[in-house]
Amino acid sequence: MLPKELKERLQKQIEENEHPREEVVNVMYAVQNHYGYMSDEALCESASLLGLTPLELEELATFYDFIYREPVGRFVIHACDGAVCWMFGEVSVVDYLCRKLNINMGGTSKDGLFTVLPSVCIGYCDYAPAMLINGEFYGHLTPARIDDILEKLRIEHCTLVPDR
Amino acid sequence: MGELVLLKNYRPDRPATIDEYRRSGGYEALTKAVLTLKPNEVVKQVKDSGLRGRGGAGFPTGIKWSGVPETAPFPRYVVPNTDEMEPGTFKDRVLVNADPHLVIEGIVLAAYAISAQRGIFFVRPSYEMDAELIERELEVARNAGYLGDRILGSEFSFDITVHRSAGRYICGEATAQINAIQGKRPHPVKGGPHMTEEGLWKRPTLVNNVETLSCVPYILRHGPDCFKGLAKSEKGAGTKLYTVSGKVCRPGCYEMPMGTPLSEIIEGPAGGMLPGAEFKACLPGGASTGFMSKEFYHTQMDFDPLKKAGQRLGTGAIIVFDRDTCLVGVTLNLIQFFVRESCGFCTPCREGLPFVLDLLQRIENGEGEESFIPMLREMASFMDHAYCAFAPGAAASVHHLLKYFMDEVQEHISRKQCPFKSGGPSVEKREE
Repeated sequence: MLPKELKERLQKQIEENEHPREEVVNVMYAVQNHYGYMSDEALCESASLLGLTPLELEELATFYDFIYREPVGRFVIHACDGAVCWMFGEVSVVDYLCRKLNINMGGTSKDGLFTVLPSVCIGYCDYAPAMLINGEFYGHLTPARIDDILEKLRIEHCTLVPDR
Repeated sequence: MGELVLLKNYRPDRPATIDEYRRSGGYEALTKAVLTLKPNEVVKQVKDSGLRGRGGAGFPTGIKWSGVPETAPFPRYVVPNTDEMEPGTFKDRVLVNADPHLVIEGIVLAAYAISAQRGIFFVRPSYEMDAELIERELEVARNAGYLGDRILGSEFSFDITVHRSAGRYICGEATAQINAIQGKRPHPVKGGPHMTEEGLWKRPTLVNNVETLSCVPYILRHGPDCFKGLAKSEKGAGTKLYTVSGKVCRPGCYEMPMGTPLSEIIEGPAGGMLPGAEFKACLPGGASTGFMSKEFYHTQMDFDPLKKAGQRLGTGAIIVFDRDTCLVGVTLNLIQFFVRESCGFCTPCREGLPFVLDLLQRIENGEGEESFIPMLREMASFMDHAYCAFAPGAAASVHHLLKYFMDEVQEHISRKQCPFKSGGPSVEKREE
């Protein structure tokens, strides 16, 4: 269940908008952030807050790229495979990431830290090849740079969660 | 490079502040408009300037604005569109990060022109950092009296909020974007009343690309003729943000006079081709435009000259390919993008694009046959019967591949493999 504080904040946000349905994406983001992904429970709670049926919300949740209906890792990697990134990906970024993390596209690494998702152009073609990790952009990728980024995130995460 | 309208306050490390923007003449146009001009006078100046939409369609901006009838109901909306998700396109990201107050002033002027009350800034998820920047600068503008109640002491009140998208390419299409804001599935809508009459919440709504809106302060400060005079092409107007990516030395976003020849953009600010690379083709305006071969290298990059050459300016996103890049592979990548991003609403797009993808994949894998070529042509033509412009845009690269680079397709078929993965295309072709 959503914590009381978050629920009340979202209720207020919805009530204050003249057109409550405008808040659909904001609510989905907030609830997804709480649960880590848009679980069935999250979907039903979001729908109830917005006065929609779960089916109405499901139509939206499954349409959008940044709403995850399956569990994802602590770091969600949107690897760009747009035409420009593709052109510069002699060893494709996507393939390299999947091999490195020992997962298939859409999968999550065994340690639960990384999920790799394919992403259409992320709008950083001047830094190709590029990717987003939890919304933050990384460009001019090479296998060595990818290794460094993943390692840095691993270390930061371990420092934050020492007992993991 | 000529006079800069949009990137004159560009700094490589940070956005211009409101004070820097004001020092360069910022917010003078808004002050003049709300205190001395009537809304229809603003519309007239924009109409006279010849400004055309920079989001891809190139519709005359003033005419779009005059589509809001004076007797139209309230509230009225302005929706600045920053949902660029087409491969090669990143100009709006650069613009917002260079001079956020220029963008804000442009939006408020559009709102004044149609007497709108509310603006909704639609931002894609991979630009979350920009969304936060816009929110912060909106507050700065509000505190300075350029936004909110009784702007600059006038009778005009208008405010802007940021609407975050959860990410789909189709949301960039105006009618789909309106559906997205209303919390509905973002399918495009065809027919019915125009959005300037009945858009968001069935009220008059103006959806404009942010580059388009950002031209308006200049037009009002310097006059429509001055804006027209900035262009290089005969009927063009203003400057244009060209984003160059691919096999060039300095990929980036450059402001040049509208109608600058492609060769001058590539060899000028983009620094020419990468060492050892030779120009083969480019997409002139993003993934939904077709390949431009070397014969068009000196074509002026403006709506009309490109149309005359059978091409489209689109968003002015130039993706450059060299002789060593397989154009069958590029087309395959582009079609994969469109297949994934199709909303699946209508049959030609939902069923047709995967069919095209399959044919291209087989050609690229060396399993292609001559009979695939007429099939590809026919399937690409079917896209004209789709519900919205998404599918015809997707088919553009296929049409142009078959028109200008048939030898490359045929070499895949005859050699039963991709020539670029097996020692390069035949010597004769490389020496052409």
